[in-house]
Amino acid sequence: MSAALDIQGLTTRFDTRGGSVTAVDNVSFSVDRGRIMGLVGESGSGKSVTGFSILGLIDEPGRVTDGRVMVEDTDLRSLSPDHLRSMRGRKVSMVFQDPMMTLNPVLRIGDQMAMAVRVHEPMSKTRALERARDALGTVGIPSPEERLAAYPHQLSGGMRQRVAIATALLHRPAVIIADEPTTALDVSIQGQILAEVRRLADETHTAIVWITHDLAVVSSLADDICVMYAGKIVERGTAEEVIGRPRHPYTRGLLDSVPGQHAPGSHLPQIPGSTPQLSHLPSGCPFRNRCPRATDVCATTPPLARFGDHTALCHHPMETT
Amino acid sequence: MTAPLLEIDTVSKRFPLKATLADKVAARLAGRRAGGAVHAVTDVSLTVDRGEVVGIVGESGCGKSTLGRIVSGIYAPTEGTVLLDGKPIATGREDHVNKLTTRVQMIHQDPFASLNPRMKVGETISEGPRTHGIVSASEVTDRTRALLEQVGLRGDYADRLPHQFSGGQRQRIAIARALAMQPDLLVLDEAVASLDVSIQAQVLNLFLDLRRDLGLTALFISHDLSVVRHVCDRVAIMYLGRVVELASAERLYADPKHPYTQALFASVPTLGTGRQDFRPIKGEIPSPIDPPPGCAFHPRCPFAGPRCRAEIPRLTEAGSGRTVACHLNDGGVGQEAAA
Ligand SMILES: Nc1ncnc2c1ncn2[C@@H]1O[C@H](COP(=O)(O)OP(=O)(O)OP(=O)(O)O)[C@@H](O)[C@H]1O
Ligand SMILES: Nc1ncnc2c1ncn2[C@@H]1O[C@H](COP(=O)(O)OP(=O)(O)OP(=O)(O)O)[C@@H](O)[C@H]1O
Ligand code: SF4
Ligand SMILES: [Mg+2]
Ligand SMILES: [Mg+2]
Repeated sequence: MSAALDIQGLTTRFDTRGGSVTAVDNVSFSVDRGRIMGLVGESGSGKSVTGFSILGLIDEPGRVTDGRVMVEDTDLRSLSPDHLRSMRGRKVSMVFQDPMMTLNPVLRIGDQMAMAVRVHEPMSKTRALERARDALGTVGIPSPEERLAAYPHQLSGGMRQRVAIATALLHRPAVIIADEPTTALDVSIQGQILAEVRRLADETHTAIVWITHDLAVVSSLADDICVMYAGKIVERGTAEEVIGRPRHPYTRGLLDSVPGQHAPGSHLPQIPGSTPQLSHLPSGCPFRNRCPRATDVCATTPPLARFGDHTALCHHPMETT
Repeated sequence: MTAPLLEIDTVSKRFPLKATLADKVAARLAGRRAGGAVHAVTDVSLTVDRGEVVGIVGESGCGKSTLGRIVSGIYAPTEGTVLLDGKPIATGREDHVNKLTTRVQMIHQDPFASLNPRMKVGETISEGPRTHGIVSASEVTDRTRALLEQVGLRGDYADRLPHQFSGGQRQRIAIARALAMQPDLLVLDEAVASLDVSIQAQVLNLFLDLRRDLGLTALFISHDLSVVRHVCDRVAIMYLGRVVELASAERLYADPKHPYTQALFASVPTLGTGRQDFRPIKGEIPSPIDPPPGCAFHPRCPFAGPRCRAEIPRLTEAGSGRTVACHLNDGGVGQEAAA
């Protein structure tokens, strides 16, 4: 099966006063139709910048310096700005943590969704409103007909996020990139949205990149997982493999530090040090100054260790357990 | 048996709504009355023993922070009393709030907003103890260093400004500042929620160490069920301003009784292997301005019956050391009238 999204060697730099930092460093992964890829990492690891880079939404002082972004059989990086814009929303769309980045506060839900439909496909407004209503129904919004007339502020946070997801779905894009879309929501509402997203991937075959810092969310939602650290994908594999048999010492440390799997009141295993600043990375493996397995060789660029389709960027990956 | 350190007795807090013109119009359009009040906390009773850590769990807007602020003396309850060591720190009258009660210290979620950016962290930590005469001028420097070391930072960091620290370090500073007051009770309001997991583990370990070494008593407010399980002895589950279930952490997690607690546990993603079937709670969280009649959870509850729509369930015993506010536990939900 061919990939809906295939990224090779994506690299994005920011030129700042303190020099140039590589926020996305030689990132490669692909997502097949109907699959959910969880892109997980701690704050500042480069998840959002990866998402923006895929959509060609990086502004000064940043720029994508290298790599290929294939959506189905189009290389987005080779497109003219106009052509790229016409792909966005139609072939690949994005959902943000704050749904108001997508929604216009002064327009009724139906009007703005109909506009989004008609940008890419000329049709009557009535027909576009029907499409909007159907999309709202698809994401589990009760009485979608009535919601068309509502303004964003009349909806709860969870409803607004669903509207943003429904808007992303209007053109049945091949790929949706969702950046922490449930982080601000309550668990009961998050649970509803995760259930809908799972169903959507299964039924519409959209490929989904689900960006989050929440390991529990990716482990229960995603088919595949990429773990980011300091701009690099340090581990990649099926969700079952990455969560069940982590190979990279960082992934292992992250998983261990989640409470809930340890005796209550016991000391949690912790990763020493703090999350890194891109401008102050050690040479070689960026994790080596926090890593319990580090040796001298870790000051050199780590190789990509392979365990079938499961890979880790590490000199001393964890053995099987 | 010694008396509990903290006794919260049928405390309620309502925030009156100031009806602006826009509110009035919106209210009329929505077919409700303008004005009214937010029922942030309703009839909450809770005790905390010395050395105990009690968790307060619930979704956004259920009243966790409001309860924490009442206990800290920041808000006066609309009704009810709060006793610390048998003495009132707050009653349902504004003028009875012992405003700067130093014996309760609150630690907030955002370690960036809670520290004065222009004050050296040493001053931040020592300001309270100095103004309240808890330490003498000659001891201040040593004590500040000792506190910094106690929370796992270097003593000479006292001369630095907050922006020189990471989120996890700032939260340690906030903890040091609270401990400097030698409080009887700590209120931690989502104290680790903004931290990355690797840093969160460090701060939770610090809390566990301090608890062991100093015998801390704390109210631990969090929406994260696994964090609460890890650090709390007892847990209160709140829904729309009320405590709906209260039990030892062990019992609660092994066997949640309230349908809301059950549904909450079922909708939380867990670090298992493989995909999870989410069984989410239906519907939206209702408005605390106009809470549903009867049991506030009834519009979303799979077991709701006629009694749930009419009568507010009281917290009643459900086995030893556990109380639940649900009609299922107190005579049943009633029979639906035959169709
Ligand atoms: N406009 C910018 N100028 C300079 N550097 C930037 C800019 N935007 C992002 N960066 C750098 O890119 C890095 C990655 O940022 P990104 O927003 O992708 O992190 P993230 O993984 O999404 O984190 P979070 O979980 O906090 O959202 C940051 O550490 C920052 O150094
Ligand atoms: N000062 C205030 N004035 C008016 N309403 C308030 C005030 N403080 C809180 N509220 C309202 O009271 C209710 C309870 O709020 P509270 O902050 O206690 O909830 P919470 O459980 O801490 O939620 P979160 O998880 O979002 O922090 C909410 O509806 C809130 O809007
Ligand atoms: S390469 Fe070395 S330092 Fe980096 S994660 Fe592997 S063992 Fe640790
Ligand atoms: Mg981000
Ligand atoms: Mg709060």
